[in-house]
Amino acid sequence: MRRLINQRPNGVSAPLLGALPFILLLLVYIVASQARLAENPNDKLLPGLDSLVSAIQQVATEPDKRSGALILWRDTAASLVRLGTGVAISALAALLFGIATGALPYARATLSPFIAALALIPPLAILPVLFIVFGLGETSKIVLIVFGIAPFIMRDVAMRVGELPGEQIIKAQTLGANSWQLILRVITPQILPRLLDAVRLALGAAWLFLIAAEAIAAEDGLGYRIFLVRRYLAMDLILPYVAWITLLAFLTDWLLRVANAKLFPWYQGGARRS
Amino acid sequence: MISVRKLWKEYDGQVVLENLNLEVGDHEFVTVVGASGCGKTTFLRMLLGEEQPTRGEFLIDGQPLPDEPGPDRGIVFQRYSVFPHLTVLQNVLLGLEFERAPLLGRLFGARRAEAVEKAEAMLQAVGLYEARHKFPSALSGGMQQRLSIAQSIVKQPKILLLDEPFGALDPGISADMHRLILRLWDEHKMTIFMITHDLKDTRLLVFDKTRLDMQAPEAYGATITYDIPLHVTTPALLRELNEAKTRTERFADVVAVGG
Ligand SMILES: Nc1ncnc2c1ncn2[C@@H]1O[C@H](COP(=O)(O)OP(=O)(O)OP(=O)(O)O)[C@@H](O)[C@H]1O
Ligand SMILES: [Mg+2]
Repeated sequence: MRRLINQRPNGVSAPLLGALPFILLLLVYIVASQARLAENPNDKLLPGLDSLVSAIQQVATEPDKRSGALILWRDTAASLVRLGTGVAISALAALLFGIATGALPYARATLSPFIAALALIPPLAILPVLFIVFGLGETSKIVLIVFGIAPFIMRDVAMRVGELPGEQIIKAQTLGANSWQLILRVITPQILPRLLDAVRLALGAAWLFLIAAEAIAAEDGLGYRIFLVRRYLAMDLILPYVAWITLLAFLTDWLLRVANAKLFPWYQGGARRS
Repeated sequence: MISVRKLWKEYDGQVVLENLNLEVGDHEFVTVVGASGCGKTTFLRMLLGEEQPTRGEFLIDGQPLPDEPGPDRGIVFQRYSVFPHLTVLQNVLLGLEFERAPLLGRLFGARRAEAVEKAEAMLQAVGLYEARHKFPSALSGGMQQRLSIAQSIVKQPKILLLDEPFGALDPGISADMHRLILRLWDEHKMTIFMITHDLKDTRLLVFDKTRLDMQAPEAYGATITYDIPLHVTTPALLRELNEAKTRTERFADVVAVGG
């Protein structure tokens, strides 16, 4: 008998084992839901699978009476645009400031304390400020996401720059690189896949800030919908929305991981770590 | 021509190198040996411009050494000296692109083709032509070191510094690499400083501590105890040098146990 730490699931059993907790959760839900519905057919807390499915069907395929839109898709598009814009701006800012502070001692001395302080401000605490300054429109929501995740990614990028072997930086200088060329040809290309990794880690927080902002002030969006229908205890819509958000989060993460492997075949760090 | 005069190097109170004096002419091949931690790499890093001497002079052709690394002094480290995100060919092209494309660091069209030709000739010389489209992670340790050498030499540096370039390779390959270095040295006429642990017939510098205070091991540094010209090393001499090398290591042990 081999040690437990040396026993590995094979190609068939690994995915099955992975599916097990999901199936268990589903079973527990179904049983609990049936028990409650048997006691009180009007119970709203744990709706049956059939009402979940019909609720999804309605928001996904039937135009809303008031706006005429397919609510699920409109909410999804609105949320993804906000999330995508916020994350893209954060990533770009992180690349610029992270590389500058990581590679240039003067930039580091000037900006690092400031970025560290920014990172310590609880983003949700300044959400009212954002609403006052940027209004209730899209800008404040995007700024909240940027505020929430950009300092984190910036510091991560700066750290990754610092982790590049000193030998490489010296070698590039002996090959005649000036600071700009060194940043362009040696540092940035090696930082990009690490930036994608940092973005993957930050996505969870980005969703949190997005939903918080949408819950407070919005006309559409996944977070807005959940908090809207909460008033009617519409668990049959909330639960599928949560599952849908989870699926979207999983897909974006997976997409970034695949993109990383495809775009940067020389970079094994990502593949090894995930 | 490299001149070192009364050179001292200290790291906050710890004397690493003391009173180094040395003249090295153009196109010399200098092998540097010495016990671990005696300051060989420190010496190389001063030549590179990465570290500054505490006292004394370091001159190249009568001029003080620039205080940062530059293209006239190439380096090959024991590891991490190739760029993992560039293919073999791109690794060698890089130095040419830095020189000829100040703004983008990239060449295009005919200028690129010309640089590629030069880089490929260099890869032929180190036997990496077939592997030119691979990434370094797909190369063996020896191939990576040959790549690092090709990368430096394509820049035609006046001085090439090698810090235990074959230290991580097995002895058979290491001997091949040594022949390769000698051939390139002959073809490209540069001055070479090579730190190594196996001694060959070249001008040999031995770094060692001549004084040691058991109570204060930091007080004295190493200096050049032997400077042996080309082609006079004999097996007996090499043996003696190796013993000289281990002597400081033994002292270091005594201090560690006693203190
Ligand atoms: N940046 C530094 N700060 C403080 N001390 C240092 C620094 N770099 C080196 N030293 C010290 O200087 C001494 C010489 O180090 P060096 O790396 O030059 O040794 P070496 O001869 O190359 O040894 P090895 O054969 O093991 O590579 C060591 O005692 C080391 O601890
Ligand atoms: Mg060393």
